[in-house]
Amino acid sequence: MTVLLETRDLIKHFRGVQAVNGLDLAITAGRCFGLLGPNGAGKTTTVEILEGIQDPTHGTIRYRGEPLGPRFRQDIGIMFQSTALQDHVTGRENLRMFASFYPRSLPLDELVEACALGDFLDRDTRKLSGGQRQRLLLAIALVNDPELLFLDEPTTGLDPQARRNFWELIHRIKARGKTILLTTHYMEEAYHLCDEIAIMDHGRIIAQGTPRALLAAHFDDVVLQLPLADFPDPLPPLAHPVMVHRDMVEILTDDVGATVQELLAQHIPLARLLIRPRTLEDLFLELTGRELRT
Amino acid sequence: MNVRRFWAVFLCRNWEFLRDRSTLTWNLLFPIALIAGFAVAFSGSGLSFYKVGVLGAVEETDGGAFFQTRHVQFIPVADLAASLVKVERHQLDMLIDPAERRYWVNEESSKGYLLERVLRGAEAETDFHKQTVSGQIIRYVDWVAPGILAMNMMFSCLFGVGYVIVRYRKTGMLKRLKATPLTPLEFLSAQVISRLWLILATTALVFAGAHFFIGFPMHGSYFDLFLVFVLGAISLISLGLIVAARATSEELAAGLLNALSWPMTFLSGVWFSLEGVHPWLQQLAQLAPLTHIIDAARAIMIDGAGLAAISGHLLALVAMSVGFMVVGARLFRWE
Repeated sequence: MTVLLETRDLIKHFRGVQAVNGLDLAITAGRCFGLLGPNGAGKTTTVEILEGIQDPTHGTIRYRGEPLGPRFRQDIGIMFQSTALQDHVTGRENLRMFASFYPRSLPLDELVEACALGDFLDRDTRKLSGGQRQRLLLAIALVNDPELLFLDEPTTGLDPQARRNFWELIHRIKARGKTILLTTHYMEEAYHLCDEIAIMDHGRIIAQGTPRALLAAHFDDVVLQLPLADFPDPLPPLAHPVMVHRDMVEILTDDVGATVQELLAQHIPLARLLIRPRTLEDLFLELTGRELRT
Repeated sequence: MNVRRFWAVFLCRNWEFLRDRSTLTWNLLFPIALIAGFAVAFSGSGLSFYKVGVLGAVEETDGGAFFQTRHVQFIPVADLAASLVKVERHQLDMLIDPAERRYWVNEESSKGYLLERVLRGAEAETDFHKQTVSGQIIRYVDWVAPGILAMNMMFSCLFGVGYVIVRYRKTGMLKRLKATPLTPLEFLSAQVISRLWLILATTALVFAGAHFFIGFPMHGSYFDLFLVFVLGAISLISLGLIVAARATSEELAAGLLNALSWPMTFLSGVWFSLEGVHPWLQQLAQLAPLTHIIDAARAIMIDGAGLAAISGHLLALVAMSVGFMVVGARLFRWE
């Protein structure tokens, strides 16, 4: 598989803070690569270096084996988390302006259809809803039919339905063989969209692989959930690790049968018992010790 | 320099300005309203610069020569004590009681001193013979109109480019543009040219509107005046680019732009002549582009001066434009 973008020993200092600390990354063509990490992990700095917005203090970054140059700028599309568009200008005019920056661009009709812009294409950008705005920003990122698409927390602030609709658009882009680098705070989103993820903390990659492989490598247990109200106070001792989240008790076990027997022996009702597999969120907490949104 | 990219940014910037009705209206109506206000204020006999309180009604006075003095407003007053307080407070420059043949002035008041001299001179026989100066009569509004046109242009140039670019930077738009093949030269040129033609168009409209309603003189060539405004606008926009080059906060940009524009407004003689002020202030004024725009525009409009007569101002504006542009372009950062 072709490596499209590659970094070696990437370091970035900021006023005494080491935001990126010797990062080695390889993003394969045609895949969706997810970069996850708590706030302050160095994720945004890393992405901005990869986008060519910031220069690294040390290290190399290559696109198709070459240092970033004019070709890189023509080949990439970027959707920042928050980008203001010019006031009093419509979506169509914005798309035309960005299209004229590139030697080749996608036909407007194709973009309108791909990003479902039909209803608001000629509306002033100040009057767009959050979901419409994100779709327009995605269309602008796609205007040059990029080989590599950067999506920085593209669904932050969207309602669940708008988020699902957006995922559908990303699936269509993936189906066209495009390479995507995605950062997100939503683990479900990363699991749903990414072929490969890297988890960052303190400016370093601390885990990398496909979501399934990472979960399989780190967990061989499942989570049994029961309401705290179903337990006597204090909690009786159990053979497996127990965590209490607000009003819910979570038991991490690799032997569901034995744990259920143990609960029955303690006369704990199982009518509200839930069993769930380990998720990326669990992995994230285990690796970074921090909540995703902190 | 890719013309296609330049043109795309230029067009979008134009739409943004032209569709922002409130800004457009403000740019057009404010200077006309200002000039009209001055025309009304200084029309007829003009504002009275000297105020004399007359005890008893003015028409009851004996019609002495002093009361025929022009540019002095004679205000009938009844209460002697209250009027004397007004003289003390410089609200009246003199109080006169024709019936008792007496008057009061404030010893600290220069206007009172002059009025006293006029009163004594007016009532005495003199062997001086009056001489008149020849030439056209220039109203204050005729003199101030070029200043207001240039001042309006200055605010539009400085804030229209400097402030807008800082806003683009703050909202992340410049960062987004940086990630495209667009170059700083293409972006900045589009901003400058877009603002330049919009300013020239609005200034021309304001000039035509104010000229129609107020009828200030235009004795020189329209082409020469246009050239002064083109070079003036370029120099001021370039000055705005320096402020916009790095600033990341609109508050800082507004502060810097105000720190540039208000001293320039004072030093360039928009409202009053700088004759008689300290020489070093007059020298300092030569560093402000607005001074050269106003001096050149007044020379053309009021005196009918040609290009040769204003060549010094034109050269100064060209030199400032080049200097500001080089510094602004060198300092510019997308982020």
